[in-house]
Amino acid sequence: MTLLSRLRAELAPEQLITDRQRLRTYECDGLAHYKVVPAVVVLPRSAAQVAAVVRACAEERVPFVARGSGTGLSGGALPHADGVLIVTSQLRDILAVRPEDERAVVQPGVINLQVTQAATPHGYYYAPDPSSQQICSIGGNVAENSGGAHCLKYGFTTNHVTGLQVVTPDGDLVRLGGAAPDTPGYDLLGAFVGSEGTLGVATEVTVRLTRLPETVRTLLAAFPSTDQAGAATSAIIAAGVVPAAIEMMDALSIEAAEAAVHCGYPAGAGAVLIVELDGPAAEVDAQFDEVSRLCTDNGAFETRVAADDTERQLIWRGRKSAFAAVGRISPDYIVQDGVIPRTALPTVLRRINEVAADHGVRVANVFHAGDGNLHPLVLFDDDVPGEAGRAETVSGAILDLCIEHGGSITGEHGVGVDKARYMPRMFTDDDLDTMQLVRCAFDPDGIANPGKVFPTPRLCGERPGRHRGAPPLQEAGVAEVF
Amino acid sequence: MSVLDDLAVEAGDGDVIAGVPARLVAAPATTEEAAALIAASRDLTVVVRGGGTKVQQGPPPRRLDLIIDTRRLAGVVEHAAGDLITVVKAGTPMAELHDLPGQQLALDAPPAATAGGTVAANASGPRRLRYGTARDLLIGITVVRPDGRITKSGGKVVKNVAGYDLGKLYTGSQGTLGLITECVFRLHPVPLFAAFVRSNAPPTHAANILAGQFAASALEVSAAPGAAPELAVLLEGTEAGVRARAATVARLLDGEVTGAPPPWWDTPPWPADSPSLALKLTCTLAAVPALVRAAVEAGLTIRGSAGTGVLYAGVPSPAATPGQPGQVADVVNLLRAAATAAGGHAVVLIAPPAARDGIDMWGPVPGLDLMRRVKDRFDPDHRFAPGRFVGGI
Ligand SMILES: Cc1cc2nc3c(=O)[nH]c(=O)nc-3n(C[C@H](O)[C@H](O)[C@H](O)COP(=O)(O)OP(=O)(O)OC[C@H]3O[C@@H](n4cnc5c(N)ncnc54)[C@H](O)[C@@H]3O)c2cc1C
Repeated sequence: MTLLSRLRAELAPEQLITDRQRLRTYECDGLAHYKVVPAVVVLPRSAAQVAAVVRACAEERVPFVARGSGTGLSGGALPHADGVLIVTSQLRDILAVRPEDERAVVQPGVINLQVTQAATPHGYYYAPDPSSQQICSIGGNVAENSGGAHCLKYGFTTNHVTGLQVVTPDGDLVRLGGAAPDTPGYDLLGAFVGSEGTLGVATEVTVRLTRLPETVRTLLAAFPSTDQAGAATSAIIAAGVVPAAIEMMDALSIEAAEAAVHCGYPAGAGAVLIVELDGPAAEVDAQFDEVSRLCTDNGAFETRVAADDTERQLIWRGRKSAFAAVGRISPDYIVQDGVIPRTALPTVLRRINEVAADHGVRVANVFHAGDGNLHPLVLFDDDVPGEAGRAETVSGAILDLCIEHGGSITGEHGVGVDKARYMPRMFTDDDLDTMQLVRCAFDPDGIANPGKVFPTPRLCGERPGRHRGAPPLQEAGVAEVF
Repeated sequence: MSVLDDLAVEAGDGDVIAGVPARLVAAPATTEEAAALIAASRDLTVVVRGGGTKVQQGPPPRRLDLIIDTRRLAGVVEHAAGDLITVVKAGTPMAELHDLPGQQLALDAPPAATAGGTVAANASGPRRLRYGTARDLLIGITVVRPDGRITKSGGKVVKNVAGYDLGKLYTGSQGTLGLITECVFRLHPVPLFAAFVRSNAPPTHAANILAGQFAASALEVSAAPGAAPELAVLLEGTEAGVRARAATVARLLDGEVTGAPPPWWDTPPWPADSPSLALKLTCTLAAVPALVRAAVEAGLTIRGSAGTGVLYAGVPSPAATPGQPGQVADVVNLLRAAATAAGGHAVVLIAPPAARDGIDMWGPVPGLDLMRRVKDRFDPDHRFAPGRFVGGI
């Protein structure tokens, strides 16, 4: 039986897409310049169906790629031309909301914001809040270990997922972790989160719910320069304050945000900081005064305090729209994602500007200043010969700067297909080999999202105690199995 | 002379792991030396020992040739206060990390425990409610693999998704995947002010504290047969804020505000020098009161984090331990059933040697087959702590 006929036996006709035109809908994720049309798309409606699809792939040795909402920015959900794309858009049920246990159980296709919306009536929310939270899926968040503006205080997806049901690359349904903490054995849940779909497909996710804070206070401070905004950030952290969020935008990104959403930030600012504090009222009030003072002491020429939720949303609107807004001031741009130690911020920003100037490229900077996560937006015009190449060079140089300063090549967007080639700059061969020991344990045939994360696949060797008749992928002539 | 001859000495009387004596002990001083040692001891079974605070817990190793002692691998390599991180060698005592200038590694552990041992054992205490556990605070790690290769994962920045997060895999792996030589931790500022609330409110009242707006740093329960149960809450923050919250919590729990914790705070409910029966119990939050009741009815003292659902149960003295091995097994089975019903697990940390054969130390472990495969890839010859982990890993 071919793979296709097996899939037909498992799924209803409308759950299987083979029409070339319709397949094209899935050819890329949020990083649109990588495009591959998958061989088949499946839309499973249950974990059992996902398992059946993966088992069929395993037995035919056909690669599979999971896809949530397709908002990933590293090409993680880029399909495989000879493979099956497993889309979770029909797995959108919230299975349980249990405020008394601070847990919710959801299917992987559930949209991030919907979890918070389901928990809010009970006084709780789901803390990780990527800017894409209105569209990205929890399954995608798990795969990318997504962060958000409020991760400074609350941590990332990995700190908020306590249990998973996954389909392993063999097609087995397995539970990792659970509703209670500290499940005995290896923390495979911790290894799975952030593995970018290379260890299997998450089919059910148990998340931690967080009590809504009593008070939230938001401050916008305008500085003449990014150096001063950076100094204020360091001063706030040094004072022992852990804000829920500290976000920074430089002049160019402010200009873009103004053009796009008219956020009305103070005119003439070389940088703005958005600082948000939350928690018990008495704590927040005391710290808020201190934060305001530290901003002023470090050169803020204007500070604004959000009087209510509407004003708070106005302050955030500029920041949250920043990526898209850059489209207003530049026809094309690269969204970079790198991390540096917070204290290196002024030095690295200066170096980024130098590198950009050397190549005649403009860079708008938006970042999670509290944790040193930079999102430089490298602007270019694809219609001008040579510009795209120069932008690419600057973008790569920024990653080198991050590594040079002891940071990371990605803070939240993942490695995917886009940064696999940078991994050897950050890790030794032995480091990468060790990661792939885990890959080999889960997926010895390398069929789960191949070509992502690792620059070169590791040969896994014989699987201890298991042998199979089917010839390896290369020899099978994968196309034939369809 | 090989590195092994250089570094290893005959084991002494104290070099015993869960009742099994070692033949040799070696204490490398650097990661490179440790790597050379491990590469040179390919025919030996190895158990890694840090402060030795937990080596009597868990099942005995199937075989034991060499103890690798990490205490010479000690010292804070870097404390980047502005970045709120520290790089430490694995043998560094936790006492040093609890008390860095103005900052702390907010991970409760005995002062003599080492950083690496705390990570390998995934030890935690009351403050896990606010700060999380080693898995949340560890941001980078260096490990010498069983084949002697030095490998790193993570890094020195808190936010980092480059590659697999192997720090999570090593956390709680009990030395079965290799030797941890260096750890990078996220730090927290030392709170300006702290206060405790102590009360005799029943465990059911813990839910009111979690549902309130108190942002407690710890919420602990302690209960024993024949005694009134206790709840204790740790509040941290600004002085005015803490005082206000503590007063409200004290009113809610009909308790009193104190500067010091109750004497049982962060201590296991079994005698440190002669433990006979000790269990770790986990459950969902709403099930904490039921699990506490089950343990007390079984004659055990139970204590731990009512705010996260991680509890420890034990007998306060060897004399109180059930006399017959079969009775120990009955107690374990009873508590395992209660923990399972409560959505969690019951792991036996220590059991009387005579009773060990009759009990399953771990209970059901989801994903065990995958765990075996991971072990087979990292340590194909099963040289590192064989038999000390789940499913005989
Ligand atoms: C405007 C914009 C703003 C963004 N802001 C942020 C931000 O603030 N923080 C942040 O972290 N990210 C951000 N992102 C990136 C992106 O939204 C996140 O990475 C998100 O988690 C991806 O979710 P998704 O459902 O779109 O996943 P997809 O793009 O569909 O997939 C992402 C990866 O997850 C895998 N995957 C998907 N579902 C599963 C599953 N069920 N099991 C296993 N693997 C699976 C895929 O194979 C792929 O490798 C932003 C993106 C955009 C477009």
